[in-house]
Amino acid sequence: MEFFLVTALNSLSYGLLLFMLSSGLTLIFSMMGVLNFAHASFYMLGAYAAYQVGLFTGFWPALFIAPILVGAIGAFVERYGLRTVHKFGHVAELLFTFGLAYVIEEVVHLIWGRAPVDYRVPGSLDFTIFTIFTTQYPAYRAFMMIISISMLISLYLILTRTRIGLIVQASLTHPEMVEALGHNVPRVFMFVFAGGAALAGLAGVLGGNLFITEPGMAFAVGTIIFVVVVFGGMGSLPGAFVASLLIGAIQTFSVALDYSFLNLLQSVGLEIYKDSTFYGLASITLSQLAPVLPYLLLVLMLIFRPSGLMGKRET
Amino acid sequence: MLNVKDLNAYYGKSHILHGVNMTVGNGEIVSLLGRNGVGRSTTIKSVMGQVDCVGSIKFRERELCGSPAYTVARSGIGYVPENRDIFPGITVRQNLLLGMKGGAVNKRWSMDDMFDLFPQLRERADALAGVLSGGEQQMLTLCRTLMGDPDLVMIDEPTEGLAPKIVEQMAVLFEEIKKRGISILLVEQKLTIAMRISSRVYVMGHGQIVFEGTPTQLTNNESIRKEWLEVTG
Repeated sequence: MEFFLVTALNSLSYGLLLFMLSSGLTLIFSMMGVLNFAHASFYMLGAYAAYQVGLFTGFWPALFIAPILVGAIGAFVERYGLRTVHKFGHVAELLFTFGLAYVIEEVVHLIWGRAPVDYRVPGSLDFTIFTIFTTQYPAYRAFMMIISISMLISLYLILTRTRIGLIVQASLTHPEMVEALGHNVPRVFMFVFAGGAALAGLAGVLGGNLFITEPGMAFAVGTIIFVVVVFGGMGSLPGAFVASLLIGAIQTFSVALDYSFLNLLQSVGLEIYKDSTFYGLASITLSQLAPVLPYLLLVLMLIFRPSGLMGKRET
Repeated sequence: MLNVKDLNAYYGKSHILHGVNMTVGNGEIVSLLGRNGVGRSTTIKSVMGQVDCVGSIKFRERELCGSPAYTVARSGIGYVPENRDIFPGITVRQNLLLGMKGGAVNKRWSMDDMFDLFPQLRERADALAGVLSGGEQQMLTLCRTLMGDPDLVMIDEPTEGLAPKIVEQMAVLFEEIKKRGISILLVEQKLTIAMRISSRVYVMGHGQIVFEGTPTQLTNNESIRKEWLEVTG
């Protein structure tokens, strides 16, 4: 019970962090029809920016400054990069974001080096907020959840209750018509791109110190958010939400479970001899399989339901 | 007011418009007639900045050729496309709100005006626009454009596929638009409404204007009607 509660809370906080990343990616995909390979790079930039700004100001101002910085970089990338490449079609855009991801990684190498930087959970949040049976739950994880949930609610309210949100929603499906009504759609695209980058940056600020801030973090999380976006259905925000929580739970639970197929057989009274060919295969534990599980799910989803959980278009 | 001179347009390598010349005056209803595929929609899409153009499109002496669609819209031109591009995922009221341009005040039309003209829309104001019938969607597209307070509205095939009763409602709305001093450029295939309300008509064929005159002149010109308008078996 204790194990379950703690792991469930951990998977929820991780899943919410994944959604902060995948929501931006999904919105950008729905609007521009381009899968932004550099999205996770903005996550990494967020973590590094928070580390760097934090050296001068401490964690709290960095929490606000870093996402704004990353958002500004996003706006710049859209305005002077993607918008120019746009007229050459989606393949060119895809290659552009692909190249950008490498450029950002190299820039990070140049400035901060290849080793992880010392970006830590701030002292003011480094305590136990509550105890579940015998496990002490860290305050920082609770803080992460609060920030993620408030971001989620704000995102929902902005998209459904404000005029700019309505323009964004309408531009998702009918950009030409929205523009013909006198709205500057290219500028809306730039704001959405910047907003998505800022959200990814915020996820980096929150996740960078909980996990590790190092140049490989973009690639590590990038592949997972692609799984989330494809699994949830390309372009569907609710789909991305469900998929984020699900993938978060699968990853968190599976690393903590040491069961194997062998255990399952043993529990029903069957035994595989140690010298059997299958012994090695059957004794692989779930935690050993954990890194593969999301991709396995992705492959299965693509085979049986290519549009994803809630996706509308087949891409 | 609108002055189109020597307008050429291309879709990829195919040359669609071959030097179109036309004008629309203040408070005038002008119709652009012709069979399917002769370039009528392309003409107004070029004006709207949705198709790349070569030539001159002047609106109140301001050159618009090459401007993006939102600039054209902000200069006072409204566009109602043929395919009834409503925003299906948001409500009727929200669709109308999006017709208004940021910061601009609509002097001529209020949302109540729209609801008075089309009571069906008032009843369904808070329903998702995607569930409306074809006729209601057509009304919504028109009203949404009017909410942007244009001085000229370009309307592409507004009566296509609509029940006669709704076509009548449309005609009433066109009269109302004219009464408020707004010019209309109407693209039509069928002659009924166009001939009744227009002060001038243009007939298009193969990407060019082949006739210009009053509805009466067109009625009397049998050869033009036969060659460019009537469907011959």
